[in-house]
Amino acid sequence: MAYTEEELKKELETKEYEYGFYTDIESDTFPKGLSEDIVIAISQKKQEPEWMTEWRLEAFRVWKEMEEPEWANVNYDKPNFQDISYYSAPNKKPKYNSLDEVDPELLDTFKRLGISLDEQKKLAGVAVDIVMDSVSVATTFKKTLAEKGIIFCSISEAIQEHPELVKKYIGTVVPRKDNFYAALNSAVFSDGSFCYIPKGVRCPMELSTYFRINQAGTGQFERTLVIADEGSYVSYLEGCTAPSRDENQLHAAVVELIALDDAEIKYSTVQNWFPGDKDGKGGVFNFVTKRGLCETNAKISWTQVETGSAVTWKYPSCVLKGDNSIGEFYSIAVTNNFQQADTGTKMIHLGKNTKSTIISKGISAGQSQNSYRGLVQVNSRAENARNFSQCDSLLMGNKCGAHTFPYIEAKNKTAQIEHEATTSKIGEDQIFYCNQRGIDTEKAIALIVNGFSKEVLNKLPMEFAVEAQKLLEISLEGSVG
Amino acid sequence: MLEIKNLHASVEEKDILKGINLEVKPGEVHAIMGPNGSGKSTLASVIAGKEEFEVEKGSISLNGEDLEELAPEERAHKGIFLSFQYPVEIPGVSVTNFMKTAINESRKARGLDDMPANQMLKLIREKSEMLEIDRKFLSRSLNEGFSGGEKKRNEIFQMAMMEPKLAILDETDSGLDIDALRIVANGVNKLRSKDNAIIVITHYQRLLEYIVPDFVHVLHDGKIVKSGTKELALELEDKGYDWIKQETVV
Repeated sequence: MAYTEEELKKELETKEYEYGFYTDIESDTFPKGLSEDIVIAISQKKQEPEWMTEWRLEAFRVWKEMEEPEWANVNYDKPNFQDISYYSAPNKKPKYNSLDEVDPELLDTFKRLGISLDEQKKLAGVAVDIVMDSVSVATTFKKTLAEKGIIFCSISEAIQEHPELVKKYIGTVVPRKDNFYAALNSAVFSDGSFCYIPKGVRCPMELSTYFRINQAGTGQFERTLVIADEGSYVSYLEGCTAPSRDENQLHAAVVELIALDDAEIKYSTVQNWFPGDKDGKGGVFNFVTKRGLCETNAKISWTQVETGSAVTWKYPSCVLKGDNSIGEFYSIAVTNNFQQADTGTKMIHLGKNTKSTIISKGISAGQSQNSYRGLVQVNSRAENARNFSQCDSLLMGNKCGAHTFPYIEAKNKTAQIEHEATTSKIGEDQIFYCNQRGIDTEKAIALIVNGFSKEVLNKLPMEFAVEAQKLLEISLEGSVG
Repeated sequence: MLEIKNLHASVEEKDILKGINLEVKPGEVHAIMGPNGSGKSTLASVIAGKEEFEVEKGSISLNGEDLEELAPEERAHKGIFLSFQYPVEIPGVSVTNFMKTAINESRKARGLDDMPANQMLKLIREKSEMLEIDRKFLSRSLNEGFSGGEKKRNEIFQMAMMEPKLAILDETDSGLDIDALRIVANGVNKLRSKDNAIIVITHYQRLLEYIVPDFVHVLHDGKIVKSGTKELALELEDKGYDWIKQETVV
């Protein structure tokens, strides 16, 4: 059917809105359950234009027909999607009046991660004085960015202020029907971030500090869209090393990156959602779809440190559409106690001379299960495509599991694909050796794990690498007894 | 400095050490020799506090303090150093980083702050020059891909860095060619002082030509069956361990 996107858009614009009813809900939290009414209500609440409402509704219709995927190497009780509230007001009142009321264990962790007092307050949900460093810092950042023409705001704001950009790019890398959770996110996403770097602009700072200060409380269904215009560069940091004790059990985010010709995006994530307790009770289900599109000579690097969540299902991917484009994936996934992670990447080589690198480090402790799942696909037109994959697993104790599921599909004879995998165990001999040099067992494990993860830690922005290192240490505490 | 009294130790319910008595004073070098399986390496591990060994009877004390309740790292903090027969590899952790961590952990145990970076660098430079170690070597991952000689030289480098009170060299000569042996032995000799003590565990007399001991003990079947001065080592070389075995049977 020769029905183009443009035509569809026109049709939507001229067509009378056929679902001209919505549930008017006054409260800040919607009733549980998901229906077209709820989707419309979310969109209304955010005062979105009609095209956005329709876009969400289409996603909802697709989602209704889809089934939850079961191929991942994880076991959990499926969430009841009608038992979830899909919207709550973003600006909650502070939960506490002072740090004294916050769980001391949480504060201790903050302290050990080296997080400043003001930031601790913000992260724990404590009321903060208006005159605070971070506020002025954030304002300064905004000014610097604006001078360069960089747009960095919430996606809701972007839908209002820059609809032409959002409309052009949203759903182009992760289509609504891509998968069950992407469809769900497209229908109900609460908020998220939007970033646009104009042609030839090199973003002068890591978009991290700003982000940490402003987005500490992230939503359940986040949506992120990053567009790097021709010849631009941006390094973007998502997440937080601080533990996030979120009450929402299900998290289904979507991140789309678009790197136009000669552009480069470096996207780093540290995920530390509540992993459940030592007996495996509670914890966040983290089902994320992240994908980037590279045009000619463009480059996208994903770096992730995953230590949290009870169940993780996440494959930051690169579509190497343009000739000479480059995709990279560097990952550390730590699982402890009863955590389960199925994570990896997809490198789709479409253009000529495209290159991809995958370095995955899985660390399993306790009774956890840690799986790497990666696809390297070389299309028939992708002459001289090259991939190098390295998947290393480190086991601690006898009750955990490490699994590697590499998929390779090469349809072009000139492709060069290398895959290396190792599995090792932290040995008593290694521990004793460190002990003998005066290093206690906890510290020895941290040292060994950091050594194991070094190639990936090195890819993180400097100030964050230090925190991530400490985070690894804390995540694995008590895992060898 | 080190006092071992009637030490009995076992592993997996098998008795290995059957009543060891040994006293080492500051400034002394003791050599412990003996045939394979006599308990030499077990003795080293037990002094260092390796958990798989069970002390059944007797005591080990360092400067009057009983070591029994101390974890291996605490013994290290007290100044015990073991040069391993088979040093382990720790990928991704450089020799420098490993030493930095080790030194700072020991300082922490003594209530001191981390060693300032410039002081650490100075110490590394000094000790690596003393042991003729190429600085490039120090940025490599600990023992990963090291030759036998490099591993042993690295152990002695660590000893130099840690400045222990009591160093135990477990078969430091095994797997070394004559040149490497000479370098390692020179290093150890430079580290000898009137304040520290060294126990050299070896199978052969060869190493003792370079590290000259004050006392030589012969271990057989979990007991010290003969003690003497350096001449004993020569006699052993001459007559072999069978001589000792026969003598003890008689």
